[in-house]
Amino acid sequence: MTLDAKIPSGPIELAWDKARFDMKLVNPANKRKHSLIVVGSGLAGGAAAASLGELGYNVKCFCFQDSPRRAHSIAAQGGINAAKNYPNDGESIYRLFYDTVKGGDFRAREANVYRLAQISVHIIDQCVAQGVPFAREYGGTLTNRSFGGAQVSRTFYARGQTGQQLLLGAYQALERQVRAGTVTMIPRTEMLDLIVIDGQARGIVARNLVTGELSVHIADAVILATGGYGNVYYLSTNAKGSNVTASWRAYKRGALFANPCFTQIHPTCIPVSGDYQSKLTLMSESLRNDGRIWVPKMKGDQRSPDQIPEDERDYYLERRYPSFGNLVPRDVASRNAKAVCDEGRGVGKSGLGVYLDFFDAIARVGEKTIRERYGNLFDMYQRITDEDPYKVPMRIYPAIHYTMGGLWVDYQLQSTIPGLFVLGEANFSDHGANRLGASALMQGLSDGYFVIPYTVGNYLATNKFKKVDASHSEVQSVVAAVQQTTDKLLSIRGKRTVDSFHRELGKIVWDYCGMARTAQGLETAIGKIRALREEFWQNVTVPGSGDDLNQSLEKAGRVADFFELAELMCIDARERNESCGGHFREEYQTPDGEAQRDDERYSYVAAWGYRGPGNTPELTKEPLEFNYVHPSQRSYK
Amino acid sequence: MSATAALPRQNRAVTFWQSTNGKKVVMAVTGAMMFLFVIGHLLGNLQVFEGPEKINAYAHFLHTIGEVLWLVRITLIVAIVLHITATVQLALRSKQARPVGYSRKEAINSSYASRTMYWSGPIVLAFIIFHLLQFTAGYIHPEAQFIEGDVYHNLVSGFQVWWVSAWYIFAITLLGFHLRHGLWSMFQSVGLAHPRHTLALKNAAFLIATLIVLGYISIPISILLGIVK
Amino acid sequence: MKLTLKIWRQKTHKDKGAFVSYTVDHVDPEMSMLECLDVLNETLTERGEEPVAFEHDCREGICGSCGFMINGVAHGPERATTVCQLTMRHFNDGQELVLEPWRAKAFPAIKDLVVDRRSFDRIIESGGYISVSTGQAPDGNTILVGKETADQAMDAAACIGCGACVAACPNAAAALFTGAKIAHLSILPQGKPERDRRALHMVAQMNAELFGNCTNIGECTGVCPKEIPLEVIATMNRDYLRASWKKREDLEATIPPATEWSANRT
Repeated sequence: MTLDAKIPSGPIELAWDKARFDMKLVNPANKRKHSLIVVGSGLAGGAAAASLGELGYNVKCFCFQDSPRRAHSIAAQGGINAAKNYPNDGESIYRLFYDTVKGGDFRAREANVYRLAQISVHIIDQCVAQGVPFAREYGGTLTNRSFGGAQVSRTFYARGQTGQQLLLGAYQALERQVRAGTVTMIPRTEMLDLIVIDGQARGIVARNLVTGELSVHIADAVILATGGYGNVYYLSTNAKGSNVTASWRAYKRGALFANPCFTQIHPTCIPVSGDYQSKLTLMSESLRNDGRIWVPKMKGDQRSPDQIPEDERDYYLERRYPSFGNLVPRDVASRNAKAVCDEGRGVGKSGLGVYLDFFDAIARVGEKTIRERYGNLFDMYQRITDEDPYKVPMRIYPAIHYTMGGLWVDYQLQSTIPGLFVLGEANFSDHGANRLGASALMQGLSDGYFVIPYTVGNYLATNKFKKVDASHSEVQSVVAAVQQTTDKLLSIRGKRTVDSFHRELGKIVWDYCGMARTAQGLETAIGKIRALREEFWQNVTVPGSGDDLNQSLEKAGRVADFFELAELMCIDARERNESCGGHFREEYQTPDGEAQRDDERYSYVAAWGYRGPGNTPELTKEPLEFNYVHPSQRSYK
Repeated sequence: MSATAALPRQNRAVTFWQSTNGKKVVMAVTGAMMFLFVIGHLLGNLQVFEGPEKINAYAHFLHTIGEVLWLVRITLIVAIVLHITATVQLALRSKQARPVGYSRKEAINSSYASRTMYWSGPIVLAFIIFHLLQFTAGYIHPEAQFIEGDVYHNLVSGFQVWWVSAWYIFAITLLGFHLRHGLWSMFQSVGLAHPRHTLALKNAAFLIATLIVLGYISIPISILLGIVK
Repeated sequence: MKLTLKIWRQKTHKDKGAFVSYTVDHVDPEMSMLECLDVLNETLTERGEEPVAFEHDCREGICGSCGFMINGVAHGPERATTVCQLTMRHFNDGQELVLEPWRAKAFPAIKDLVVDRRSFDRIIESGGYISVSTGQAPDGNTILVGKETADQAMDAAACIGCGACVAACPNAAAALFTGAKIAHLSILPQGKPERDRRALHMVAQMNAELFGNCTNIGECTGVCPKEIPLEVIATMNRDYLRASWKKREDLEATIPPATEWSANRT
């Protein structure tokens, strides 16, 4: 199989214009005759459903939560990037493009990233018009801040709740279309399989989570915006419901899964406090703008932080990376935190934590300013830990936060199954091996508001759609397969709970395919995952029935898919004999411990194809070309 | 599926009255009218401290402007009827809004006055009826003769009966509670609230309610203590 | 520490529910309320019993999924805190906690502590937005919004739609929720053009949903995890009052409240 990314020819600045001009349009009168399915209602899905509804398509939008407003995009704190250059500090579309490609450690597709940077400016305008209350200057203009290591101030924000406000903007636009009758919102309904007929994605099978009924939904195209798979680690900053099921079922129906091992570890999360821990809470990266990260110089130093004098502290990021200091990219910050903790210099009960200290910042700008900037984050930290960060340094530790990998898509955001489009975190395209802060919101909205309305139209205008209904034999077989899985999970009645399996799986993936990986460790992990999966299908217990709200059953289906995904992640990580971005292979590092990329052999997208249960997946490579940003060793020193 | 259908054009006033918000506005406005009466009535009554001539002359004056007096009375009756109708309808609606109650429910943020509006209102109403029968119509007048036109005499002899005064003080105190919440609440209901003014409004409501209670109960207390004879 | 959880169990909306008491040993003070329920559910599942159903997703206090009554207070004893962020250190060893779902006609029961809050979506659907389609926006800085105005809008926009306001209100009113959205959008210049229409439609829908009426007592704002100020209700009332007496076009019909969950909707 060869992969055609359908990148428009010609200069990159004009690529998107050219692509849009080359696209066929759907006659306005015919739009309502085309039905579309959008799965997921976050920034990408909500924006897509709203925009497609506005164009007049007949849209059904699904989410597993009780309301589209719950999607996990809501939890993003820090902000959204845009190449507006309002602060006049050297920002440009080209610079945002450059930074994103470089920040992604040269594993992203240039044309997609350039388009993202171009569109970024329109996103802000759109959101302002929707009533998103972005932070403002006294004069009434939009405020920007520097975020996550960027040397220009390109981040727009709404207190520490940027994701919430952007999501509510998309949600409101979506509800407006629901009112107008163009979008039907179907909440508490989970997609459990994809219907592919004659090579085209033609619908989904979904389960109503309240009544347990399976339903068939047929459409001319299916758009997945189902988010990332960070919950494979069990403990992550993702919402408890975030899962890979929709993407995974699409993978098993023929869509390729790209770069599954590219996962991002976020450096500033509240450390784990006990075995019962169900999720990790992120503290916005913006805290690193003013906080200084340090650990004691001495191993096993049990003194309280205020008892440790200045010269016995190791501000290790400032020491190792004098020019970026505490603002190095996420992967670098996370790896360094792990390193100092592995040396035995970690703080807190578990020894898995580093200090994020605001003492100097408070002395410099005053507590009032710090409270204005981070008040809600400090409150949240105090609520959870019962410690006052204005007085005691915060303790932070890295946690799984985002997954750059996802279903492979071309420039049109179409997967390898015609008619199946993938948006937002669920696809792989824009962030390479590491995502920059405040770029996820940008990508989700770019895909949803400004890319998919064009590309899906082109697909509809250039393809023919046979009439299909629920009685079609292929549809029936998909429904039967879904029913069988559900019945199977309910019938095992073993001894272990779904969560206990998930927790154990998560630990394996974290230990062997987390912040640092080795070929041997990955081999071990694959064996362990297989054994555990086998036990799962023999010994899991799912109480209750399949015909009412059954949260154990929901979890069981998702964990079953995580098992298979975890194995693919390890296979992908083992295959990639280099270190890049969030993928750090211990065998491949520079003498001073930095990631060592191998552009000669690994400058490609690894896209994996399903070949049936028990078979090794097939690897297809999409070579990456860098005509504008030339690969170099990332240096933040 | 929610295709949008236009409603047939409805009378604005009807739609407004049918909404919970509209009824609350009616309650606020009628409440304000009754509040003005309460103030006016208090100012009139306090003349008792200036002796029989003054207050009896005032009462006589009110009777000479019969049409105006009746206009005020009718307005007040309409206000009371609307206030009560809205309350009853809203209370029934609230009851339907929570068919299954909580096994346990704590109030954590509301004032005692605001939570007892459903009690203070009807008791004050019962008192007003009693009060009218006693001092306006003269049907109830324990222990002493009701003399038409001699307000001073009626007042003093009426309040010298301890339980009349006790009932009066109790009801007026409840009226104070009702006003303490109502005076602030009416601004909220008609939308004239702003975070900057809320505290001031609430304090003002408390102060005014307290002054009204003190003003009214000063009369029976003075009579019981023999300061006014 | 050890706690007794007296939890409302109800299999479906058709069944009659009842309280069941469970003892949870080894409660860590650092746990969240939901993690405490996780621990209980693990035990129940291992015994082959159905775990307690409760709504939750982000577990960092922003998605608005979680929420139930703890000892008669929505989201429990800590102010400005959802149950997912409520740590057990606020309770004492040996204490009994009564966990009850939100109760309101407009929030029909689904299972155990889970209720149906689609009435909130319908209120937003009826007008809780600014009518601007994708691509129509002018440059962000052409609409100037003073810092104080933006902050005020943000205070109202912080609502997470959890439903605690309705749950805590003795009248089961949705005034704080509806008022928050109306205030957020009507404070901003972008929201001014359709201010009247929005207020009329949202209020009409709120009233069609069988929520109770607001008596301005403020229990809602006391339990609100985002401390939405009570004055947003005044803004709603003002906008509604103004809009009601202005000359206007015909209103659209309200959306019929749906209480069933049918899978095969087309």
